[in-house]
Amino acid sequence: MNFDFSYFLSLFAQLIPYVPITLLMAVVSMVLAIVLGMVLTSFELTKVTPLRWFARFYISLFRGMPTLVQLFIIYYGLPQIFPVFRGIPALVAAIVGLGFKQSSYLAEIFRAAIGSVDDGQIEAGQSLNIKRSKLFFHVVLPQATVNALPATGNTFVSLIKETSLAFALGLTELFADGKMLAGDSFKYFETYLAVGVIYWIIIIIYTWLQSILENALQKPYRRVAHVVDQSEKPVREHRTETSFETN
Amino acid sequence: MIKVKNLSVNIGQKPVLKQINLEVEEGTVTAFVGPSGSGKTTLLRTLNLLQEPSEGSVEVNGSVAEAGHISKQVIAQVRQNSAMVFQQFNLFKNKTALENVAAPLILNGQLPKAAARQRAQEVLEQVGLGQVAHQYPVTLSGGQQQRVSIARAIAVRPKVILLDEPTSALDPELVESVLQTIAALAREHITMVLVTHEMEFARQIADQAVFIEDGEILDQGPAKELLSGDQPGRISTFVNSLEKVEIEK
Ligand SMILES: Nc1ncnc2c1ncn2[C@@H]1O[C@H](COP(=O)(O)OP(=O)(O)O)[C@@H](O)[C@H]1O
Ligand SMILES: [Mg+2]
Repeated sequence: MNFDFSYFLSLFAQLIPYVPITLLMAVVSMVLAIVLGMVLTSFELTKVTPLRWFARFYISLFRGMPTLVQLFIIYYGLPQIFPVFRGIPALVAAIVGLGFKQSSYLAEIFRAAIGSVDDGQIEAGQSLNIKRSKLFFHVVLPQATVNALPATGNTFVSLIKETSLAFALGLTELFADGKMLAGDSFKYFETYLAVGVIYWIIIIIYTWLQSILENALQKPYRRVAHVVDQSEKPVREHRTETSFETN
Repeated sequence: MIKVKNLSVNIGQKPVLKQINLEVEEGTVTAFVGPSGSGKTTLLRTLNLLQEPSEGSVEVNGSVAEAGHISKQVIAQVRQNSAMVFQQFNLFKNKTALENVAAPLILNGQLPKAAARQRAQEVLEQVGLGQVAHQYPVTLSGGQQQRVSIARAIAVRPKVILLDEPTSALDPELVESVLQTIAALAREHITMVLVTHEMEFARQIADQAVFIEDGEILDQGPAKELLSGDQPGRISTFVNSLEKVEIEK
């Protein structure tokens, strides 16, 4: 085995400058995906049938094709059919492609998260004459957000990794830089391992941040400690003897 | 206060309530009793228009909801006048006890935020939960949660409170505190309609009892007599069957 450890370490200095572009792509496409995902979810939940159909079609389409194929369609294909897309920067194409793709997963996650807020709370709110829209924003959405967080975080983790596909559009991000370094040194193992380790570290850091956020947001939904109930009267053995006389 | 005329409710194809006629006087307590599946919950939900009537009408404090002609305004008026307490409490899980009670006041525009929170605190104290005002529902016992939900209902000062088996989901030792809370409301002559299997409780606090079976009102009258268990007819069979279970425990 001739693993070149010092070369392996030296790679990090050369790779780290490309972390920001990778993170930029991941974060911007995630923001786009969240916005589109919310729009799709609202389409799925409306009574307007064509919008529901559109959302179903969109989700099926974007989940059904490999990400790389989608990126190629957007970057190489669209400009041929629609000249306005000519000269679209690779970075933009990658962000749009990844964002569209992820939005289809997020729409499903958001819909499930909203569905898992039990109807009883909505009925209670309605019986108290609270408007449905207010109930949605003050009761359903906060709970749905907490419900959606773990799965949304998982899609972000996939997204960080999928940004590496952007090398195929000629974009020099973390993986593309790794490829070039490997091509120069012929030390493929060291180079790609270093690239992989950087992704891994990014994801460890992100996962840690997310767990902090989840902990904070889930606080209301956890029984922290057993709360001793002092407001209840001692148990009576013969409840039928209890008097509720009104006068 | 409440007038129900020739009310029928079908859910899907199924007739769940048939030709219900009922009146509830202001300041009285009405108990709905009857076997499981007889339509008690559906009737209560219809009084709040959570369930749409198929025929007939429901009048709450002067607002009339006529089947087939129910506008958003009528729904809002009826709900302004009535508040519901559910078997499963249905508290807003993302809000503290205080926020639960204050939320309807704020979101309806009934009171500004500070005043709503102050009213919420007062009402929570009224039901004996002043100290847990800042706790979230998961940290409360079932009995406490139900009392918060009663507080939430009374805070909006409705004309009538509708309670659907408020103690059925509770562990036995938690039932009494909730019943005492309801009895206290009865003493203040707050109009209430409640579905209950607690016969002793119903006999003591209810003015009127309504016996429902298979979607029909079979009997209706003063609670003490009707629920005594020695009236002729189905109702006594039902009442006695409940009491027997209690003795066997
Ligand atoms: N949403 C619903 N869909 C179908 N059937 C229902 C629904 N709600 C109530 N029912 C039926 O209506 C009948 C009365 O139910 P309910 O009012 O809950 O009775 P109770 O409260 O007296 O136990 C039952 O037979 C029940 O199955
Ligand atoms: Mg019921």
